[in-house]
Amino acid sequence: MYKYIIRRILIFIPMLFALTVIVFGISQLAPGDALSSKMLNDPNVDPEVFEERRQALGLNDPIYVQYWNWISDAAQGDFGNSLFFNGRSVAELIEARFANTLYLGLFSLAITVIVAIPIGIYSARKPYSLLDYGATGFGFLGLAIPNFFFGLIAIYVLSINLGWFPSQGTLSTPGLTGFEAFMNRIHHMVLPGITLGLAGTATYMRYMRSEVLDVLGSDYIRTAKAKGMSESNVLYKHTLRNALIPIITLMGFEIGVLLSGAVITEQVFQYPGLGTLFLSSVMNRDFPVVMAIALILGILILIGNLIADILYSIIDPRIRYD
Amino acid sequence: MQTNTESTLPTGPENEPIDQQHQHKTPFQLAFNRFKKNKLAVISIFVLLAIVIICIAAPLLTSQDPIKTDVTNIEKRPTDEHILGTNGQGQDNFARLLYGGRISLIVGFSAMFFTLVIGVVLGSVAGYYGGKVDSIIMRGADIMLMLPFLVLVLTIIAVIDKITIGIFVTIIALTSWPNLTRIIRATYLSLREQEFVLGAKAIGASDMRIIRKHFIPNAIGPIIVNATLMMATYIIVESGLSFIGFGIPQPTPTWGNMISEAQNIRILRNNPEAWIPPGLAILVTVLAINFIGDGLRDAFDPKSKQR
Repeated sequence: MYKYIIRRILIFIPMLFALTVIVFGISQLAPGDALSSKMLNDPNVDPEVFEERRQALGLNDPIYVQYWNWISDAAQGDFGNSLFFNGRSVAELIEARFANTLYLGLFSLAITVIVAIPIGIYSARKPYSLLDYGATGFGFLGLAIPNFFFGLIAIYVLSINLGWFPSQGTLSTPGLTGFEAFMNRIHHMVLPGITLGLAGTATYMRYMRSEVLDVLGSDYIRTAKAKGMSESNVLYKHTLRNALIPIITLMGFEIGVLLSGAVITEQVFQYPGLGTLFLSSVMNRDFPVVMAIALILGILILIGNLIADILYSIIDPRIRYD
Repeated sequence: MQTNTESTLPTGPENEPIDQQHQHKTPFQLAFNRFKKNKLAVISIFVLLAIVIICIAAPLLTSQDPIKTDVTNIEKRPTDEHILGTNGQGQDNFARLLYGGRISLIVGFSAMFFTLVIGVVLGSVAGYYGGKVDSIIMRGADIMLMLPFLVLVLTIIAVIDKITIGIFVTIIALTSWPNLTRIIRATYLSLREQEFVLGAKAIGASDMRIIRKHFIPNAIGPIIVNATLMMATYIIVESGLSFIGFGIPQPTPTWGNMISEAQNIRILRNNPEAWIPPGLAILVTVLAINFIGDGLRDAFDPKSKQR
């Protein structure tokens, strides 16, 4: 197992390298660069000064030197300056938004797990019951409805017509502190959190149901029941422990889906997170920011997959990797 | 289960054909018979057909132009002339709903088709030949899967000046082949070890012939099922990207950019008839396609039924 983990970590390194090359490569395809968008069409700028500035910024260096400069700065948390937000540093911009996206992601994951796992278990224990059919129907709907459309309906019904939840932002009045601020934040995250978690909830529910059904049908569960073990012991000690294995792996791999979803969901609710920053940067061709966010999201996904793989090998010692 | 070809043959109790007859049927016929029994899937086919016909027949159903703008007539509530009112540029919402369906369906279908072509070719090469080619293709797939799909697509869109339907479909196909490639490769890997493949090689069949005659027919189940589900995904992807303004641009109507009108809080609040119908259209279409996909999966692989 340790051999596997070490090998898995070693694969992580070339993957990370490939990721940085892709992100850098795409940005190089862009027409123009950091300066041309600002200065090239400006008649007041002397072409010689323009050339000097290019030299100073290293834009005339060979491409591998530019790549090395970018990646070595990025490794120290320096992603350069934004082209759009009056040259504010990219790291500063991202720092302000990163926490918001993290809270939203965790909140939506929490809703997903709290809703999906119990319902999945119930569905499996009482298959073809009313709730099971309801859950299955919800599963189909949850996967078929575009999450931005669901978000808009949620705003239309729950926010505009009923006024139960705020439709955008993170805090209604700036300057709130302590518990009040915390509750206000949660209140703002309810709609985006549910919207973001919808597809995940549907997926986990279906997985959980089929996993528990699989395990309940296995011989060792029959043995456990036959020797007189109580229903709850069978469920918690034998069934769940085995049925949760694939769910945990799924969570690691779902990070990418969650982050992709966040881009659109945050836009619907005008939630100031990485997603909205990413979109506005794409729109403004603010490449230092686009590259930095793409890189961070890619790294998060790589780490998610790594953790999922490692957890998998720890939880289920039967799994062999050759 | 009663088809004309069977009528001369003996049938078992309850009109179920007895086992022997299965031998006279191709796997396709068997799958088709199983599919027919799935009511939800069959109904879904009719629903999807109805949607396609309505979109094709758009000029017969409305006399309004989906593209013509009318600045004197914006954000209007429904009238006899404009059944679903007009949008922020005075375009007729009902006409846009019908014509937009064409674009959304075409984009979904052609993105699926091109992904399928890339996926089948790369998956076949990787799974059949193995070795170096295989590892190059699979590492390529790993790399493509590293970035979240949407982030990758948006980063590419950021460097492109103008998005047309063709470019949009190309971007989707070029970024989403890895999943299908993996599935096809995995199917081939298990087929490669089978004896009939060895037999075919022994009698001198070419690689191309083995892939065409033995591999693809055996992998056709997963290929069709995934293609169906992919089309549903791409309709959602198109609408999502159009919603955030990075899909098919105005004035071309699509369901996604119709919903994006609702980013304007006035339209969201006052004109629900402008953005709810395209949303429901996407929902019904995707639901129907997913049911068909599930029906196909059960039909091609009866063991998957418990899922």
